[in-house]
Amino acid sequence: MNNRLIELFKNKNKDLLSVYFTAGYPQLTDTLVIAKALEEAGADFLEIGFPYSDPVADGPTIQHSSHVALENGMSLKVLFKQLENLRRQISVPIILMGYVNPVLQYGVEKFCADAARVGVDGVIVPDLPMYEYEELYREHFENNNLSNIFLITPQSSDERIRKIDELSSGFIYALSSSSTTGNKLAVEASQTEKYFERLKSLKLNNPLMIGFGINDKNSFQKACSSANGAIIGSAFVKTLSSKVEGAKIKQFVASIIE
Amino acid sequence: MNKTAINYYVDERGYFGDFGGAYIPEMLYPNVEELRQNYLSIINDPAFQQEFRELLKDYVGRETPLFHAKRLSAHYGTTIYLKREDLNHTGAHKVNNTIGQILLAEKLGKKRIIAETGAGQHGVATATVCALRGLECVVYMGEIDIKRQAPNVARMKMLGAKVVPATSGSKTLKDATNEAMRDWINNPVDTHYIIGSVVGPHPYPDMVARFQSVISAEIKKQLKEKTGSELPDYVMACVGGGSNAMGTFYHFLEDESVQLIAAEAAGLGVDSGKSAATTILGQEGVLHGSRSILMQTEDGQVVEPHSISAGLDYPGIGPQHAHLFKTGRGKYVAVTDDEAMQAAHLLTRLEGIIPAIESSHALAYLEKMTFRGDEKLVVCLSGRGDKDLQTYMDYFNL
Repeated sequence: MNNRLIELFKNKNKDLLSVYFTAGYPQLTDTLVIAKALEEAGADFLEIGFPYSDPVADGPTIQHSSHVALENGMSLKVLFKQLENLRRQISVPIILMGYVNPVLQYGVEKFCADAARVGVDGVIVPDLPMYEYEELYREHFENNNLSNIFLITPQSSDERIRKIDELSSGFIYALSSSSTTGNKLAVEASQTEKYFERLKSLKLNNPLMIGFGINDKNSFQKACSSANGAIIGSAFVKTLSSKVEGAKIKQFVASIIE
Repeated sequence: MNKTAINYYVDERGYFGDFGGAYIPEMLYPNVEELRQNYLSIINDPAFQQEFRELLKDYVGRETPLFHAKRLSAHYGTTIYLKREDLNHTGAHKVNNTIGQILLAEKLGKKRIIAETGAGQHGVATATVCALRGLECVVYMGEIDIKRQAPNVARMKMLGAKVVPATSGSKTLKDATNEAMRDWINNPVDTHYIIGSVVGPHPYPDMVARFQSVISAEIKKQLKEKTGSELPDYVMACVGGGSNAMGTFYHFLEDESVQLIAAEAAGLGVDSGKSAATTILGQEGVLHGSRSILMQTEDGQVVEPHSISAGLDYPGIGPQHAHLFKTGRGKYVAVTDDEAMQAAHLLTRLEGIIPAIESSHALAYLEKMTFRGDEKLVVCLSGRGDKDLQTYMDYFNL
């Protein structure tokens, strides 16, 4: 099976929209309902977050969705069960995103195998160190044809970004500023531009997706002008109320891409 | 493994055996990397060492006494020395670390200091050194702890610190630590995060242990003066994250004849569901940036601990402790709330010293030991009991 994420970037290299949401939020069984609605609304690929009790990189919105999801009974075991029928319903690339401790307890090798089995294409584990990945876990990802996606920030050095580019497959997740998720961007435009110029001059092998702080059409388009696309997380999660409505999700996505 | 070949200190990758490392998101990498690259050269600089020692002496009041507790010794039929960290300025060992880190933050050119605190002792020690050096100070504290520890909140405020409630999760120490880390992510350039224990991503566990190691350096010197030998038979301390214990053990790690005993908080009992006995209840995993042993569910979600002492109310232990536990170098024991309270009462009546409830956990383990009579023990009295008066009043109906 080809990696859908890598295929996607071969066919489309600009204005890509990826949307993040937390599995099991607002209701435990909403995971696939939301995924389906996002695909129908036109999202190019999806990031499904698996919740953790101590999400240090996340702002209040995703802290809340993670907390509720855990209260609802979400876990990696439950998530993989929910995703058993993923590929009968959804064809866009799927990425799983979450913190390292639940993955370690599940077992990295088993996690990679189960992810591949249900049709997941990539994984983002922000607190998995690069050298650990390289020395201990890379083979499990590669054996299962899973992309491992790393984050970079304006503070990441050229040398480090090159190393990340070497270890990455799929794309590189470029944060527009050093920030927890869902923050309004307080960075001056000139600084951001300099950073994007620097990224361009590095001539990286992997596509770039920009994330953190993207919350409307304007910020999405701006990000797309400097990268292959952008990722929306908190701004979308915020729109989810206790009852998921497909029409509302479509409306949200339309407000970004149309 | 050949026992003499075990390295108990940090290796070049930031690990203690299987534990440690830096499990941090990329947003924290530049901050932590800047610290990693610079901490040893800054700490080992003679000018830094001189300033550190002078402040410990003239400001903190070191060295702290090593007190031969004669009536307590007679009670147990052996020889017990107390390392009086409770006599430090601000009332606990925490200030050894905050003095070191504030000097280091200055060398790194940082203008703003953040910290997490549970009971408020580390928050007070941080606010104190920030006032001393004129740096901005923000302390994250769980909303529930703010209510429980009003006097320490007032102290921090009087010292000029901004106390920010952590309202996420369980609203206690673990969540205050999360909030401090989030602050650091959002302020990557001008801010230094003073972690209060031997936890966090490398180099924190090693760095904090080095600052706290003054405790065991002094014990060795003082014991030599008093007894002719710098080596006791037992060195004992309580462990939450484990900074006073690591400071107390540090210079004894390679003296294999010295038994290291760390008392964890069993809360209402190890099997009660209300406990903080990490080595008994925990498994290997990652919390707050390092691989260690932590209390967690099968799914890897961190479990809420419980202890009557807010300072031990933490679901993990530092990675160096996890290494000492796994290699068998240290003996990790569990002491309940009640046992600790009785030990506090006993020390108060026999020696006229009201200990912190945290430190009382180490004292309580004396009850479970058997003595020949000719042993020498050193117990770290990590803090004084002033902050715990309300708890003592409620418990003993004072």
